Amino acid sequence: MAIIETRNLTYTYPYADKPAFKDVTLRIERGEFILLTGPSGCGKTTLCRCFNGLIPHFYGGKLEGEITVAGLKTSEHPIHDLAQHVGLVFQNPENQLFALTIEKDVAFGLENLGLPRDEIRRRVDWALKVTGIYDLKDRAPFEVSGGQQQRVAIASVLAMRPEVIVLDEPTSFLDPLSAKKILEVINNLNKDLGITIILVEHRLDLAARYATRVIIMNEGQIILDGEPRKVFLESEAALIGVGIPKVVRLYMLLKRAGLNISNVPLSPEELSKSIMEAFTFDKC
Amino acid sequence: MFDGLKFRNISSPMHRIDPRAKFIYVLTLFVVAVFFNQLIPLLILFFSQIPIIMIAKVKKEWLRLIKGSSFFAAIIFIMNVISLHFYSSYSSFALIIEQASAMTVRFIVLVESFSIFFLTTSPDMLGLSLEQMGIPYEFCFAFTTAIRFVPVLAEEAQTIIDAQRSRGLDIEGGNLMKRIRNYIPILIPLIVNAIRRSLELAEAMESRAWGATKKRTTLYVLKMGKRDYCLILTSTIILAVSTYIWLFIKIPTLTQILNIES
Amino acid sequence: MINVEDIYFTYPNGVEALKGVSLQITDGEFVAIMGQNGAGKTTLVKHFNGLLKPTRGRVLIDDIDTRHVSVATLARKVGFVFQNPDHQLFSETVEDEISFALKNFGFDEKTIKERVDWALNILDLTRYRKTSPFMLSGGERKRVALASVLAWDPKILILDEPTIGQDRNQKERLRQFILQMNHQGKTVVIVTHDIEFVAECEPRVILMSDGRIVADGSARNVLTNPDLIAKSWLLLPEITSVLLNLNNLGFPANVMDVYEARDLIIERLGWDRK
Repeated sequence: MAIIETRNLTYTYPYADKPAFKDVTLRIERGEFILLTGPSGCGKTTLCRCFNGLIPHFYGGKLEGEITVAGLKTSEHPIHDLAQHVGLVFQNPENQLFALTIEKDVAFGLENLGLPRDEIRRRVDWALKVTGIYDLKDRAPFEVSGGQQQRVAIASVLAMRPEVIVLDEPTSFLDPLSAKKILEVINNLNKDLGITIILVEHRLDLAARYATRVIIMNEGQIILDGEPRKVFLESEAALIGVGIPKVVRLYMLLKRAGLNISNVPLSPEELSKSIMEAFTFDKC
Repeated sequence: MFDGLKFRNISSPMHRIDPRAKFIYVLTLFVVAVFFNQLIPLLILFFSQIPIIMIAKVKKEWLRLIKGSSFFAAIIFIMNVISLHFYSSYSSFALIIEQASAMTVRFIVLVESFSIFFLTTSPDMLGLSLEQMGIPYEFCFAFTTAIRFVPVLAEEAQTIIDAQRSRGLDIEGGNLMKRIRNYIPILIPLIVNAIRRSLELAEAMESRAWGATKKRTTLYVLKMGKRDYCLILTSTIILAVSTYIWLFIKIPTLTQILNIES
Repeated sequence: MINVEDIYFTYPNGVEALKGVSLQITDGEFVAIMGQNGAGKTTLVKHFNGLLKPTRGRVLIDDIDTRHVSVATLARKVGFVFQNPDHQLFSETVEDEISFALKNFGFDEKTIKERVDWALNILDLTRYRKTSPFMLSGGERKRVALASVLAWDPKILILDEPTIGQDRNQKERLRQFILQMNHQGKTVVIVTHDIEFVAECEPRVILMSDGRIVADGSARNVLTNPDLIAKSWLLLPEITSVLLNLNNLGFPANVMDVYEARDLIIERLGWDRK
């Protein structure tokens, strides 16, 4: 059974004159790592908010079509039920951390669920260790760096043990090195713990290498959906204005110029390796 | 002056005491300070706080508080002298000075006792004790969240001021009307951003199962220990003794002791 | 001309953000100040319009010591666009927002009208003239903030993290806009940690780390130097990484552009084929 399934999903914000997205039909299986991207205003952020019930319960508006998450129809279940299956990490680390120590922030969701104290303790310690911030547990959220704050946000969602974690442009405010590190943490959640990841990102050069599937949206509709190595080659992707990784562009230029490269690269290392192989092959 | 009311994150015996015990202690001080009009008991009260301050390791902040409140203390002193001179039956000048001093010392004792409380109690301990006293979680949460965001809002206010100054806004000059009008470009972004921020916070709260159950549990719980009960006991004794003295013992004025009459 | 003479700056809370920084930016230059969060980049540029005054050393803007004049006076020459447009927007209409600074600086009615029309035009905001800035999208609000600074035509333009949250199209438009402003003679300083963006603009790059300048040179030389990049907690541009891994094949280490890389690789292949 798919962990998230939508059929002809259309949503219009209250007072808006046209829908934020239209006729979105999707099937997301357990364990996928989905990269959701597209130009600003394409509807990707709005779509994310449907996965944990913020739409329609928090935002109101008109939601048409069907959406089921972990077998639950989102319109029929309150957010606090859906939140146990789908965790949402937002763009700005500052505005999703409310407690006065990191440890208490991670415990927040579990306290809301009314779990017994020792269970909270166990899960908090586990989530802190998985995200690599166990040593920071007594610090205040505003004392630590942006990258560490995002780890806290991830840990606090992780502690609730959802099947899916959705992250809405988590690297926006981070410098490149912190962005790389946080993406590695997210990747580990997917590859080691089997958590389904839906990552909304513009920075495809850093994120594409982890994704099993890329979904590109434009003006409220899904335009492309498939393996990254295939999707990035589509001319439509470049036309819409998605930031195709430079390594893919170089690959395309080299291929067109006659160089025999096997794989579409998603990272500089992959491309270097392929070029090296093409050279040695050529020498023979 | 406000530094003396901000939590100082160090470890001391006072810090470790349950906020509820501390609150009872502070309340006791408050009541005793109000009981007595005379200078001598108020001075005793004032000086008896000093060992507590030393134990709590907050000497520096406390001194800053005293310095900061000296302005208000001076006003209280002067106003008391004036009103006592014109409106009371006190004949001698020495008595007037003593009385005014007593009122000033009372003010300082009140400020001092609250200061000790806030310097040694972290906001989340405070929130937790409010929660355990039965106040609905929504209010406790609002309380600790507000405190959590005070430094953030302060920084944002500064950034907004910087941004508007960079567009030529002159916050110093001009008459009163102009000065008030100059606050609009600062207040509006501040308020709009605060509202935006609270919406984002609300989203995050919902996404972490806010409201899932009425019976919320907590990671930490405050338990009163021996030391806390000791403090409560001490406070009760102080209250009892003070009440006795207040009711039955006539306290001499300093003027009488020093035999000053004019 | 901006002259920074060995400045030190310590914040009131005791943090020493600048530890002996000196540099010179001549009129018409295009400079990118880069480094990780906390390196001191924003602290440095806040000295250019007098928001911050150095605790030691001095900053001269066109030979005027910033400590001796007000921020408003310096702002006439140095336009600062803050990272978050929501820290400035407060007016009822976009038009009012853009004319705010012009009124502060004492322009006359006629000039204000001309400049507002001009600013609305070059940033494609004319249709929003009477709209409330709060009704616009994030990207549009960024343009309004930019327009409101450009309106008074400062000769030096500082942009603090202009690419955050922007998609590819928006970044491309921004890049062209910056180049256009620079071409018209403005000195442009951007504070950023967006490596690919800077690689495409190829400005002079000043790299900062821990309150000091660790490198100052062309983008090509600075951004492709692995040691400097590591020291300032950044990443190498993608293409540079690719060629660096192929270094033993003799490829140069300072290439950032896709087309240049392609040409070099194909050329090398042609050699070997012979």
